[in-house]
Amino acid sequence: MPEPLLEVRGLCRTFGDVRAVDDVTFTLPDGGSLGIVGESGSGKTTTARIVVGLDRADAGHVRVRGQDRTTQPRGRAERLARARQIQMVFQDPYLSLDPRTSVEAVLRETLELHRPGTDPAPRIRELLDQVGLGTRAADALPRELSGGQRQRVAIARALAVEPAVLVLDEAVAALDVSVQAQILNLLADIRDATGVGYLFITHDLGVVRCVTDDVIVMRRGRIVESGRTADVLALPNHAYTRLLMDSVPRPGWDPHAIGAARRALRNDDTPA
Amino acid sequence: MTMTLVRRPGLARLRATDRGPLYLASAGFVGLVVAVALLAPWIAPHDPNTVELGNALAAPSGDHLLGVDAAGRDTLSRLVVGARTSLLGPLGVVVFSTLAGGAVGVVAGWRGGWLDSLLSRTTELTLAFPGLLLAILFTSVYGEGLLAPVVALSIAYLPYVARLARSLVLAERERPYVAAYRVQGHSGTDVCLRHVVPNIAPVVLAQCTVNFGYALIDLAGLSFLGLGVPALTPDWGRMVFDGKSAIQSGYPLSAIVPCLVIILTVVAFNVVGEHWADKVAGRNR
Amino acid sequence: MNTTEQHPADTPRPAPGGRPNTPAALDIRNLRMRLPHTARPVLDGVDLTVGAGETVALVGESGSGKTLTSRTVLRLLPAGTTTEGTVHVAGDDVLTMNARQLRHLRTRTAAMIFQDPRAAINPLRRIGDFLTESVRLNKIMTPAAAQARAGELLEAVGLTTEVPRRYPGQLSGGMLQRVMIAAALMGDPTLLLADEPTTALDVTTQAEVVALLGDLRARFGTGLLFVTHDLGLAAAISDRVYVMYAGRIAETGPAASVFARPRHPYTKALLDSTPGLDAPPGRLVAIDGQPPDLRREPTGCPFAPRCAHATELCTTETPRSMPARGEPAHTAACHHSDRLEGTPGDA
Ligand SMILES: Nc1ncnc2c1ncn2[C@@H]1O[C@H](COP(=O)(O)OP(=O)(O)OP(=O)(O)O)[C@@H](O)[C@H]1O
Ligand SMILES: Nc1ncnc2c1ncn2[C@@H]1O[C@H](COP(=O)(O)OP(=O)(O)O)[C@@H](O)[C@H]1O
Ligand code: SF4
Ligand SMILES: [Mg+2]
Ligand SMILES: [Mg+2]
Repeated sequence: MPEPLLEVRGLCRTFGDVRAVDDVTFTLPDGGSLGIVGESGSGKTTTARIVVGLDRADAGHVRVRGQDRTTQPRGRAERLARARQIQMVFQDPYLSLDPRTSVEAVLRETLELHRPGTDPAPRIRELLDQVGLGTRAADALPRELSGGQRQRVAIARALAVEPAVLVLDEAVAALDVSVQAQILNLLADIRDATGVGYLFITHDLGVVRCVTDDVIVMRRGRIVESGRTADVLALPNHAYTRLLMDSVPRPGWDPHAIGAARRALRNDDTPA
Repeated sequence: MTMTLVRRPGLARLRATDRGPLYLASAGFVGLVVAVALLAPWIAPHDPNTVELGNALAAPSGDHLLGVDAAGRDTLSRLVVGARTSLLGPLGVVVFSTLAGGAVGVVAGWRGGWLDSLLSRTTELTLAFPGLLLAILFTSVYGEGLLAPVVALSIAYLPYVARLARSLVLAERERPYVAAYRVQGHSGTDVCLRHVVPNIAPVVLAQCTVNFGYALIDLAGLSFLGLGVPALTPDWGRMVFDGKSAIQSGYPLSAIVPCLVIILTVVAFNVVGEHWADKVAGRNR
Repeated sequence: MNTTEQHPADTPRPAPGGRPNTPAALDIRNLRMRLPHTARPVLDGVDLTVGAGETVALVGESGSGKTLTSRTVLRLLPAGTTTEGTVHVAGDDVLTMNARQLRHLRTRTAAMIFQDPRAAINPLRRIGDFLTESVRLNKIMTPAAAQARAGELLEAVGLTTEVPRRYPGQLSGGMLQRVMIAAALMGDPTLLLADEPTTALDVTTQAEVVALLGDLRARFGTGLLFVTHDLGLAAAISDRVYVMYAGRIAETGPAASVFARPRHPYTKALLDSTPGLDAPPGRLVAIDGQPPDLRREPTGCPFAPRCAHATELCTTETPRSMPARGEPAHTAACHHSDRLEGTPGDA
């Protein structure tokens, strides 16, 4: 059997006495798209940070095509190889770009690091084109771009490395609906074209349904439910998943019932 | 970004709003003083050290626009040529304290850990020691000359700059764009030097400008005490010192004029620095 | 542009959904606002009412002018703006108020809740001080009365009595937004302006905050203008909605009717691009292109470059707001609304 693209086993991370991530295990097949959903504080971001290597795990491991990446990278070559395994798109497009660096310079820096000796200009044009930004945007500084355009730059920057896995942490949460739809479509196109795998973190179930094949539901650092996205959303097993689904506003929606259900769920938990 | 310029109580209130007249006047004055210092030998009407004893304590006249001091030297010429020494000293203090303090602060903030503790402890130690006292100590050991007080004040100013740079780096380090560069495979040193340092530089430069004023007044104070600048060198602080006796004889001009120039220069640098700091803060909001 | 002609009288009118015989909590008429160095007005003939005790949603994409509209109500305008039209809050014209009346408006009559509670609160002051500050400074209440009121409101928003002693950093986003709501209610306002109050919160917390706003509205009779770009949320909570595009009201009407039978292609496109739980799976129907630039004066319908139904007429003539057949409260500014009729939108 071939190695899965991304394999995460028994990940744990505590901050003081908060168990931010508690025995999290999942795999992402080649070209797959896995959603992680859960409310604020459920450990999604911490999981993502460990997976990309911005934080360390107390236990467990992260493997890409069988290669472990839990330990600190040693030396430049290993650091670059790690970067080509996994890239990340951050939540806030306003903060994830250096305010002083133009779009073109952002991409040039990355290309020069990963493909030294080749002329980056043609690839920059290609990347800008791929994310739907004209070459006109190349000279712009981040503050001259809209939120959607900045998020496109962040995606182009991640793609410049040609990663095997792209982690998106609430990457469309800061965008409004029409721009969000453009970015979600863009992400679907990129997956079709490049075969990159997505780890898609969000608390919006509509988005999960739209862009993922599989989903895991996290609560208080633990996975409470996982499966094919369509199945989980059609027949949620865990009360928490049902609560998340009921929380999505729609006509006839009863926010009081959600508050009550949330409190009931909280009371069900045996105090640790 | 938190703006944590080090300020001295009296001057902190002097802030120009927007591009108001106070800022423009201050910027203009700073430019004028710098220009005068650069062009001093050409624009000084007399040799600042030529003594015309017969003319001592003469009132302003067509030949001596600001009069003559007790030793018979032209006040205006001493003022103009003195601008050089008076600005050179603070410049040295600012350049040295910023480069060294900035480096210490950036390394401490970026690397954290034991290095941070060590550097922070050392700078705190210097912080506890009054700068002027240190300068007096240095001059008494190394004798006359500009170098000793400049080195002493640089050491005294270093911790302030270091602390500012450290706190700015700590805030900047948490910004997602830094994490983004790390994920891309850039080394920590690269990210720090190419992105973090340029991003904090404007605030540090604003602090520099404010510090320039403080260093000017500190060095003038030392000169006034007769320390540092050699006796005959034209220097604003020294002029005030030399003019003391003239005040007693009822001719205050040769002491009051340099005093006024010192105060105006300090205030102007302060206003300009604070204005830059506010501009940076506004942009980052 | 031509929308004033639609309205019969110039006196403050009771809002469609409001209680009779009380002036509307908010009544904006033909508001036009220009910012310096722009070719077109940022707000162009906005008409909007919020009845007493009514919930009204204002939706539209980023940059359409929602925030400017809500800030105008408190006359919090960027420097150099010029305004035309009238803005009445509880019967008083905001744009002609003097400083004292304006202070009264901001502390008593109307209050605002912002998107990011953490950015709107001083992290170094205790919650209690923050809550009572405005009424104490403006001498509306004695410190003791202010404290009592703060305690009562914190209880109403579901927070405990020890919260006033805490610092903002010690509260979660959801708790902090409740504090902001309590603070907004301190002066017992007739109008609450909520600018994306739940965008920074996750779905379950959002539901709790929305439930809370609903309760408080019922209890205190406050009119609520809810600014959001989440159409599902707007549909779920509001009595009426206004859909804004490029500084104009594209469509307005009762929430149920606007979301079930959109009459403006922009509303329809927004609904289609929302990834809902009941929407058809697969690719979203995104709206291509971008909203018009403020630096260029558009001719005709501002949505024309992105509209699937656009015709020659659309690029030459600005559409007026027209009511739907048999439903006078549901209006849309589109030359070809009839082409959309019968296409059910899925909210
Ligand atoms: N650096 C840290 N120090 C202390 N606690 C932390 C830290 N980072 C995360 N936590 C805690 O770990 C838990 C999980 O946090 P995480 O940021 O992963 O949540 P999340 O699901 O991403 O939430 P959100 O939707 O708000 O981003 C939370 O209880 C949080 O308070
Ligand atoms: N202070 C300002 N100066 C210049 N332009 C502004 C200012 N505030 C808002 N705008 C512009 O006005 C338009 C509407 O802004 P806003 O009301 O904030 O939109 P929304 O709330 O729908 O996101 C945008 O094009 C925005 O760029
Ligand atoms: S007026 Fe024309 S362009 Fe504008 S929305 Fe209607 S059909 Fe589209
Ligand atoms: Mg998160
Ligand atoms: Mg807004």
